[in-house]
Amino acid sequence: MSGLRLINPEVEFLRYRRRVEIAGGVAALLFLVLLFRSVWLQVIQYDHYHALAENNRISLVPAPPSRGVIYDRQGEVLAQNFSAYTLEITPSKAGRLEETLNQLSQVVSIDTGDRKRFKRLLAESKNFESIPIRNKLTEEEVARFTVNRYRFPGVEVKARLFRQYPFGDIFSHVVGYIGRIGQNDLDRLEASERLANYRGTDHIGKLGIEASYEAWLHGRTGIEKIETDSSGRAVRLLSRSAPVSGHNLYLHIDAKLQQVAEKVFGDYRGALVALDPRNGGVLALVSKPGFDPNLFVDGIDSATWRELNDADERPLINRALRGVYPPGSTIKPFMGLAGLELGLRKPDDSISDPGYFTLSGSSHRYRDWKKDGHGMVDLKKSIVISCDTYYYGLAHQMGIERMSGFLAQFGFGQKSGVDLDGELSGLLPTPEWKRRRFKQPWWPGETVIAGIGQGYVLSTPMQLAVATMAIANNGVVYKPQLIRAWRDPSSGLLSHAAPQILRRIPLKPEFLRLVKEAMVDVTLPGGTASAAGANTPYQFAGKTGTAQVVGIRQGEKYDERRVAARHRDHALFIAFAPADNPKIVVAVMVENGGHGGSTAAPVARKVIDYWLLGKLPAVYAPVEPGAAVQEEELEDAGPAEEPVPPVVQGAAQ
Amino acid sequence: MILRALFTRLFAHLDGPLVGLLALLLLLGSSVVFSASGENPAKVASHFLNMSVALGAMLLVSHIPPQRLMQFALLAYVVGVVLLLGVALFGIVVNGSRRWLELGVTRIQPSELMRLAVPMMLAWYLHYKQETLRARDFAIAGLLLLLPVSFIAKQPDLGTSLLITASGFYVLFLGGLSWKVIIGAAVTAGAALPVVWNYLLHDYQRQRVLTLIDPASDPLGAGYHIIQSTIAVGSGGVAGKGWMSGTQTHLDFLPERSTDFIFAVYSEEFGLIGNLFLLLLYAAIIWRGLVLASGAPSLFGRLFAGAIVLTFATYAFVNMGMVSGILPVVGVPLPLVSYGGTSMVTVLVGFGIVMSLVTHKKLVKT
Repeated sequence: MSGLRLINPEVEFLRYRRRVEIAGGVAALLFLVLLFRSVWLQVIQYDHYHALAENNRISLVPAPPSRGVIYDRQGEVLAQNFSAYTLEITPSKAGRLEETLNQLSQVVSIDTGDRKRFKRLLAESKNFESIPIRNKLTEEEVARFTVNRYRFPGVEVKARLFRQYPFGDIFSHVVGYIGRIGQNDLDRLEASERLANYRGTDHIGKLGIEASYEAWLHGRTGIEKIETDSSGRAVRLLSRSAPVSGHNLYLHIDAKLQQVAEKVFGDYRGALVALDPRNGGVLALVSKPGFDPNLFVDGIDSATWRELNDADERPLINRALRGVYPPGSTIKPFMGLAGLELGLRKPDDSISDPGYFTLSGSSHRYRDWKKDGHGMVDLKKSIVISCDTYYYGLAHQMGIERMSGFLAQFGFGQKSGVDLDGELSGLLPTPEWKRRRFKQPWWPGETVIAGIGQGYVLSTPMQLAVATMAIANNGVVYKPQLIRAWRDPSSGLLSHAAPQILRRIPLKPEFLRLVKEAMVDVTLPGGTASAAGANTPYQFAGKTGTAQVVGIRQGEKYDERRVAARHRDHALFIAFAPADNPKIVVAVMVENGGHGGSTAAPVARKVIDYWLLGKLPAVYAPVEPGAAVQEEELEDAGPAEEPVPPVVQGAAQ
Repeated sequence: MILRALFTRLFAHLDGPLVGLLALLLLLGSSVVFSASGENPAKVASHFLNMSVALGAMLLVSHIPPQRLMQFALLAYVVGVVLLLGVALFGIVVNGSRRWLELGVTRIQPSELMRLAVPMMLAWYLHYKQETLRARDFAIAGLLLLLPVSFIAKQPDLGTSLLITASGFYVLFLGGLSWKVIIGAAVTAGAALPVVWNYLLHDYQRQRVLTLIDPASDPLGAGYHIIQSTIAVGSGGVAGKGWMSGTQTHLDFLPERSTDFIFAVYSEEFGLIGNLFLLLLYAAIIWRGLVLASGAPSLFGRLFAGAIVLTFATYAFVNMGMVSGILPVVGVPLPLVSYGGTSMVTVLVGFGIVMSLVTHKKLVKT
């Protein structure tokens, strides 16, 4: 374009028109791009963006159910919920934690224990979870924090339900406790596809009824679908499925009977099981010492935990189910029945007891507890005065396999199936078992001492109670049950747990009558428990037992005063009453208690007196629910947990 | 009768179809502002006030004869450049850029004035030189464009400087800028891109472009706007969630929802069907505007009117492109829909000028 140019409006205008058309075309093209983008976002990718928008908008808030309450048979509360305020921190929102904690401690009191627990929970927690720093705030503290709230982003006061055990350590092994959900619990819940039901829940049953009836007690978590705005504020409730409370449980346990049993145990360690022979209901289940389950609810601190776990007296072990002890002479009524039923003894068959038993071809003397022997002894007398020599010979003649086979019918050597976790099965030995366990043959002498409940024979207090129930019930064995009834929270319907018959042992009535008479005579003058049985207005049937903890060398005499406390014999007693119409069966085991007749039998007597007569023992003082727990100082060792046979040669009373 | 004559006089310089289309767009925009503001009557009232002022200005401007405009072109341009110089020397820094000039009673943003002053100046210059139009004249026009643009880019206000560059370019393009120059400039710009990226752009500007490519890299910062607006658009689906029912809008997830991001509100509530309607409405306005521009009697009129209409199209495209995530976030409102007086006045005054330029043909001597 050089030089002067003539204006040609026509050409000028046509060029303009072309340029406008090009520009319009480009604009149209760009608008088409926008349209395609719109189709891409709104049609092709719609599902994706719809989901994102819904995700923005809707948050699902779990509404945790309230846990079922546990009652005893009289309606006494054994485990309940109460509402309290907690101060919780969401670490992802709280900024610098250390600083926040320091400033918080100027508003509400936070001690080093709180800080320690917080740090531990923080280490265990998932992201975005809120973690309690202080539990059970007072009204004043809540008010003080609320005023200062603006200073603490990510810190809030929440109303939470707490579990409380009003009786403290008395029901520690029955009711158990709940604790914070740990990794193991999470894995278990995930495996059983119950994890979703635990959203918003921090605690789970760890022990006792709380653990074994977890599925019933927990209830069903509700879900609130809430529309929230960008700052997380709830705008409106879209839908809500209400939480369903857990079932309330009613136990066979009688809180008063349990307290009586606790008290009459005094400072001894040991266990007591009381059953209702008419249905297998567990009326009392004591394991001493116990511990305060309330310690576990908020998350026990490690020092207290170590103290409990490492203590010599092993308070965390439920001796009634997990303590395995030689049954000692309490096995004699069952051995006597075995002799009669297997045709090895007739009721009137008598032996002459020189005070010891020898196997032919051996000079080893299996001694009776009475040095000079009991003279002429028939079956009834063998039980009443607890003659060892009678049962040495009977066991030898019966052989270990027939003996174990017969005793198994009474529940020895197997779990009773009571509705608590962690029960051990004890041991009924056989040669085959010994070969497997020790790669050694069975020696005849081992059968001899098994006949008086020593050697390899081991049982739990629960098993002794169940076996005793079999005699009291003329052979009918119920499964022991803690649960008596439960109430469905939605329908309000109360359902009763049906008694379950485990076995009917075929026993001849005349043999049963004989053994029962003998057990009644045990508590009468001349019997081994005559002192404990004095002046009972009911027929009191029982059998003493004294189980050796440490073997005594040949020729040595057992001197109670000289033996260290933890090597003293375990005292046992099994009982039922009234003998003609049994309403209660009791098995007592007192660790290192010495003689069954003098230590264990009085415990059983007082428990039965209360149950049948309503008579409270002199030492009894009702426990204030929730009162502080007194630590018991005991220097003795715990029970043998694993069925390791103690070295035993000789006597048992 | 007198009244009717008065009305005829008053609206003599308006184009019926164009005004009708604009009114439709304004009404649609008001309904979206109503929803975006959360049924805030005060905000809607203020929107209508802005609209009345802008429409009044449009009516007023439509009466200004083109000759008068041509007389003002040079003056407006010079004043604008002086003000920009003033901004560079004495301007107030707001949000990290120096855009405002304090005038005692009020503060003004001279770059807004230049949106119309620059294309007017260039159209006037080409009109003035039309009889001896040479390559050199285009070069001078280019310099006239670059001077204010470089001031504005320096503020920094990249969005406005690019859009003013565009409007100036439209004048030159419609005025017959040689294709060789256009292609040459495009190639040069492409080659200069790395230099611009590394040396001329500010960090936040680079960040905006990077965020566009991968919004998820900064979901709570710069990427938040884009993520939330694409969610709003996408979740609208074909039919939309319904007027006043957009969850992204009403639950506060969309930022700047009544101004720059109002297209997301519209898209969420009216869906693909609504978008198609809006695009067609814009296209119709642009179409009508270009038809009118072609009919302007003078070169000045054709160039200026054409540039105004194309700039309007650019604004609409850039805004919708940014909200739907294909262009970086630049502060451009959706013309005649977004809440905000300045933009509405600028756009409607622009259309007033377009109508003035084409309806005064009988009065203009060429």
